[in-house]
Amino acid sequence: MMSEVIKEKSGFSDALKRAYATFRRIPFSTRAVGGLYFVVLIIGILWGASPADLFTRSLHFFGVWAIYALSNVPSIQSGTGPNFALPVGIVTGLMAMVLMMAAGLTGWTLLLVSALLALVFGSIFGFLYGKLMNAVKGSEMAIAPYTGFAITALFGLVWVAIPITHPRMIFFLGDGLRHQIPLDYFDANLLFARLLEFELFGVTFRTGELLVVFLACILMWLFFRTKTGIAISAVGRNPMYAKASGINVDRSRVIANTMSTAIASFGVVIYAQGFGFVQLYDFPMFFAFPAVACILVGGASGQRSKVINVLVGTFLFQGLLAIALPVFTRVLAGADVVNPIRMVIQNGVILYALSRMSKGVA
Amino acid sequence: MSRTLLEFKNISKVYSGNQVLKDVSFDIREGEIHALLGENGAGKSTLMNILFGMPVIHSTGGFTGELTLAGEKVDILSPFDAMALGIGMVHQEFMLIPGFTITENIKLNREIEKENVLNSITSRLFGKRMKTLDRKQMNKDARKALDKLDMDIEEFTLVQGLPIGYMQFVEIAREIDKEGMKVLVLDEPTAVLTESEAEHLLKAMRTIAQSGIAVVFISHRLNEITAVADRVTILRDGELVVAKEVKDTNALEIAEYMVGRKVSIDRTSDEARQLSDEVVLSVKDLHVAMPNENVKGVSFEVKKGEVFGIGGLAGQGKLGIANGIMGLYESKGEVVLSGKSMQLGKTKAMLNAGVAFVSEDRKGVGLLIEESIEDNIMFTAMSIHDKFLSSARLSDKRAIREHARNMIKDLDIRCTSEKQHTGRLSGGNQQKVCVARALTQEPTILFVSEPTRGIDIGAKKLILDLLLELSQKQGMTIIMTSSELAELCSICDRVAIICEGEMAGILPPDAPPTHFGLMMSGIKDVEGELTA
Repeated sequence: MMSEVIKEKSGFSDALKRAYATFRRIPFSTRAVGGLYFVVLIIGILWGASPADLFTRSLHFFGVWAIYALSNVPSIQSGTGPNFALPVGIVTGLMAMVLMMAAGLTGWTLLLVSALLALVFGSIFGFLYGKLMNAVKGSEMAIAPYTGFAITALFGLVWVAIPITHPRMIFFLGDGLRHQIPLDYFDANLLFARLLEFELFGVTFRTGELLVVFLACILMWLFFRTKTGIAISAVGRNPMYAKASGINVDRSRVIANTMSTAIASFGVVIYAQGFGFVQLYDFPMFFAFPAVACILVGGASGQRSKVINVLVGTFLFQGLLAIALPVFTRVLAGADVVNPIRMVIQNGVILYALSRMSKGVA
Repeated sequence: MSRTLLEFKNISKVYSGNQVLKDVSFDIREGEIHALLGENGAGKSTLMNILFGMPVIHSTGGFTGELTLAGEKVDILSPFDAMALGIGMVHQEFMLIPGFTITENIKLNREIEKENVLNSITSRLFGKRMKTLDRKQMNKDARKALDKLDMDIEEFTLVQGLPIGYMQFVEIAREIDKEGMKVLVLDEPTAVLTESEAEHLLKAMRTIAQSGIAVVFISHRLNEITAVADRVTILRDGELVVAKEVKDTNALEIAEYMVGRKVSIDRTSDEARQLSDEVVLSVKDLHVAMPNENVKGVSFEVKKGEVFGIGGLAGQGKLGIANGIMGLYESKGEVVLSGKSMQLGKTKAMLNAGVAFVSEDRKGVGLLIEESIEDNIMFTAMSIHDKFLSSARLSDKRAIREHARNMIKDLDIRCTSEKQHTGRLSGGNQQKVCVARALTQEPTILFVSEPTRGIDIGAKKLILDLLLELSQKQGMTIIMTSSELAELCSICDRVAIICEGEMAGILPPDAPPTHFGLMMSGIKDVEGELTA
């Protein structure tokens, strides 16, 4: 009897040890941002916010950001580094949506057709972007963000000059497309989000949106189990090794960047329906760094990433930003510092994640 | 002429438990050209590093023994000490600033300053380094040094764009311009020169020596040594073999001293070996642009089931051959594989044709060091032969694991499991993983480069035995490139020696060591008497 008790006790402490060892294996940045998430959550609850509402918000942000974060996986695996040129994908996605709206499509047709078109446009631009990355081997990290900035500026001109006359899309006065085109006008607001939506313990689950995210993640996971996917990973780990095994290194990198850009392009459709607007002009510029931070917070490094990094990192980082706003609004009622605080958190986490990128965020 | 200038007394040096120099003593006389000779790893560089007080010597515990210069014991703790004592060196890699003129390069950090009123003011205000330069005098000095070398190039020409041979002369001019220069070390100065430039340099060396400077001439080219040197010192495996007057010896003897009789042949069942006459690989006029291992027109044929060795000194191009044929470096020439002409530069086509390659650069080319053993082993076979793919074209983890476990057992790879990262394995076990990857392709022809470099004796034997077994039992054709002649002779049917990017000759493994030594030193098998 006694010995059994002792045995049970030691079994328990063993389990604790094992749990601790598992915990230690979680990258430090994931633990740190996760810890911050729970601190903010608890502060919110203490100040009277409903935890269910906060979770709902977290899931909402997760749903619209996950695809952007996922677009980093192929480019990181191929050795090109994180997809800092996310705006390239975003402008092509926006172009797909804008063209289909101008063509008079609405509702599900609009979203599905523009999603397909976004993949096509994204692939074309991604292919060219991949060629560019091969031409600047060694300085991808410097060129990629500027490619994003440059293409955002270029498309700023396109949005002004494009000969679209749809009254719901252009400025009231003068030429050019509006900064924000509400999807309400096109009956396409929240379509994925509302599909099979349900509530559990007060938390709203945007089932359709989450299903799309998970499906994309599963496809990505499967892709990196195919011959092409494994070849891309090998190229990223050691290009000479891949070359000696008969892999075309440049071609693998182009495939990976084409995928990254096409996925980002597709992500625009999910993001737009989730927030209810198609946002043009300098909007694409602000997505690259937060999306990269998502995957890094999830435990990826500049050289290696997995789908699980996307899921964990996006939930924690975007979830943190999602709840920071309502929580600090309550805590600092009246003071107009909520948005600056949110920006400090966002950029602080990005800075930290980037600083650890080369070693792997651990 | 024959006064002893520099003396090495009982020099020994240990690098982390590895004795690289054992009690080496010899002297260098005033005004002589003293050739220093030895295979790679014989200890020449270590000896010169000691002479120059290089940090690599003193950060690894220094050395034992002593150096005397003009009869006095000297402690050389840094390259600055060496320079102050009048010891100069011309390195294999040029240390010149391309955007500066020849004069500026020669006088760098030894500029002649003007003495005038302005300078006396500025130097007081801002320090001595703010003085203006006496360019006229500097040019005059540079001219003098260049004239000594019989160089008719303008001293105000930029170094940028000079032919490589000229850069070599500028380096030498810089050294002889230094005041009080006593010993000048030239480390393989003729390696980058054309034949006429080399002749010119040898002549200039004579002039320098006649002015009283002792010239230490490091070279692999025996004919140059016999032509120009007064005495020769030969090192082998860190030991002094002999130091003697060149006029008392000849190239043949020097070659034998260099290679020694260490080539032990313990071949088993040698006589029973019957090679087929079928030529499985024929290479004609192969050129490969591999940095430091350029191949300049090599031709050979390999028979089916043969173990063909490629040897030679480092940097002579032996490694370029396999890399070029596999398409890892730009190459041209003709490669015929089992009667089929192959397009060069297409790695995939070579692999598809049943050729496998184990690279000399384990960590850089041979392995994914942050991936598991099983992933390393399966990769090439998957990408070339679609092995280890399930019916849904996804990787078949179970098949990969099973195969990896078999390989680990067969090759005795010491590891914790097939999941262990290859970066954590010892060199020998890493090499076995590389071989396992190549064997997984089930090749008919296997290229292995430096299979035993940096691995312990036990693993060495295991790998060589494995190669021999593959050839004897499975009839695999093996082309092994190695810096270790003994190793080549112990398992190969024929050994080709590459020198300066060209084929010096092909010898049977039991040929006398002298012949290998001569070929490695650039004396070509012109009369064909060596292979006879």
